[in-house]
Amino acid sequence: MSVSLSPAEKTLLAGETGDATAMAMRIVVAAADLLGAERLIEISSAHIDGCLHHGDGGVEFAEALVHGGGRMAVPTTLNVGAMDLLHPGIVRTDAHNTDMARRQMQAYVAMGAEPTFTCAPYQVGHEPGVGEQVAWGESNAIAFVNSVLGARTERYGDFLDACCAITGRAPLYGLHRSENRRARVVVDVSGVPDVLKTRDVFFPVLGTWLGLTVGDEVAAIEGLPLDTTRDQLKALGAAAASTGSVALFHVVGVTPEAPTLAAALGTEGTDDDGGPRSRITPTSDALRAALARLSTAGAAERIDAVAVGSPHFSLEEFTQLAAITADAGMGANGPRLAVPFYVCTARATLAEAEEQGLIEGLRAAGVEIVADTCVVVTPILPAAGGVLMTNSGKFAHYGPSTTGYEVVYGSLEDCVASAATGRLVRDSRVWSW
Amino acid sequence: MVRGTEPVRGRVLVAGSGQGPLLRLTHPISFWGGVDPVRGVISDPRHPQFGASLAGRVLAIPSAVGSSSSSAIMLELLREKTAPAAILLGRADAILALGAVVGQELGYDPIPILEVPMEALGEFPDEGTVDVGRDGSVLLVE
Repeated sequence: MSVSLSPAEKTLLAGETGDATAMAMRIVVAAADLLGAERLIEISSAHIDGCLHHGDGGVEFAEALVHGGGRMAVPTTLNVGAMDLLHPGIVRTDAHNTDMARRQMQAYVAMGAEPTFTCAPYQVGHEPGVGEQVAWGESNAIAFVNSVLGARTERYGDFLDACCAITGRAPLYGLHRSENRRARVVVDVSGVPDVLKTRDVFFPVLGTWLGLTVGDEVAAIEGLPLDTTRDQLKALGAAAASTGSVALFHVVGVTPEAPTLAAALGTEGTDDDGGPRSRITPTSDALRAALARLSTAGAAERIDAVAVGSPHFSLEEFTQLAAITADAGMGANGPRLAVPFYVCTARATLAEAEEQGLIEGLRAAGVEIVADTCVVVTPILPAAGGVLMTNSGKFAHYGPSTTGYEVVYGSLEDCVASAATGRLVRDSRVWSW
Repeated sequence: MVRGTEPVRGRVLVAGSGQGPLLRLTHPISFWGGVDPVRGVISDPRHPQFGASLAGRVLAIPSAVGSSSSSAIMLELLREKTAPAAILLGRADAILALGAVVGQELGYDPIPILEVPMEALGEFPDEGTVDVGRDGSVLLVE
């Protein structure tokens, strides 16, 4: 062991506060040694990605912590599981996997984590403040909490996220440290027309390009509208964390650590003019190549299903979708969608949307709501396969390998228009510049 | 042949000893989405060694990439007893190592994971039995 521990941390490691805390501490210390961290830091919140069932070892691990008296030391939310506990019939799996998936989700709840079961905990009230040290898992959630909320996490994964939550500690390295949060690359999108930059459909494409271009580097994006929405930033980060290992980006004038470019670069108040860093201007060809990458279905003319809500749908997105289907005259007294249309969301967001009267009309139009999980992590889409349409860069990236479907990408409006008849409709005018 | 010559020294990420036939991957791999832990084989059809069995082999990988859920796949390999006998990584990776650390906590048979520059294995034949020691030594034994 090379990491140095405080007296309180040694107490945790010695098992004086229980077997589970000691086991979690051993794992945090092993991780700190692997990562070369000199010490640990106290965290104020955690988001656990480890409640998704990949196999029965994950259940054994979680239940070992429960049996050892494990409790979350900090406010902790849970990512998606492999089951929709509200609508269990929607997942096509056998009795053993259903049982194990459920046990894995419930073990973390038994230790005091909130049963949020969402990849967008930031949409259900879990919003750490600027500069707070946290331990979050799930790549889009990591990108959002770092970039949009300005809290500080590294890329935590299965097991380590839970161990950090139980010990209230994380290894001090990477994006927990100020010097590693400064932008190393400047991305200038001031040349992209506003008519494109204000559309939701732009952001997953920019994110796809960003991930491919910068890999794991921190970028500062200049030239996005100052009223870029949270949903747009969410879509940008999720796509960038799918094609690259982007865990933090700054948007100048928009995100909290980038009131100015100099602040994002960490050169404010110094003689450094930010000059030597690489500066990249995505061309229209580069962005159209990223757009093309999000569709694998080639010359598809028909679609077999639509899935939206990766990251999980927000209340604002439900409002948009309700307006689009209502404008198309769909619902109880009108036509229904011709192909299966899945919206993945958090149970808390679903409850809010129900309260606002947004869900009844969507269900009447044929929309199927998936809560607690999503279509790329567990079998939900019809087994027959085919072409899946989505407005999500993340679904488009992972869909082919995890569902067997080919994918086509379009706006939320395109998705509804295509699902109305099953014939692919896309408005591509916005991409011609 | 380098049989019986000086062992290659690796940096110990997870301590242990193991012996088995060498399997050298030519491309990085994400265990999540790339390895089927029940069968212990490479399941990503885009990987050049698609279909190769990992069980009981000394697996040399230039680097692990991709999802942090790869820790969970590492744990499943250990649980299913389909894991490699040892893993040699060209670049240290905390995600795979963490899966092995958790496996030790749960009492599964441990395997060593070492960081070994891939050039150092350059003189090893493509096929041969390799022994990995607790001290981080990697030796061709036959």
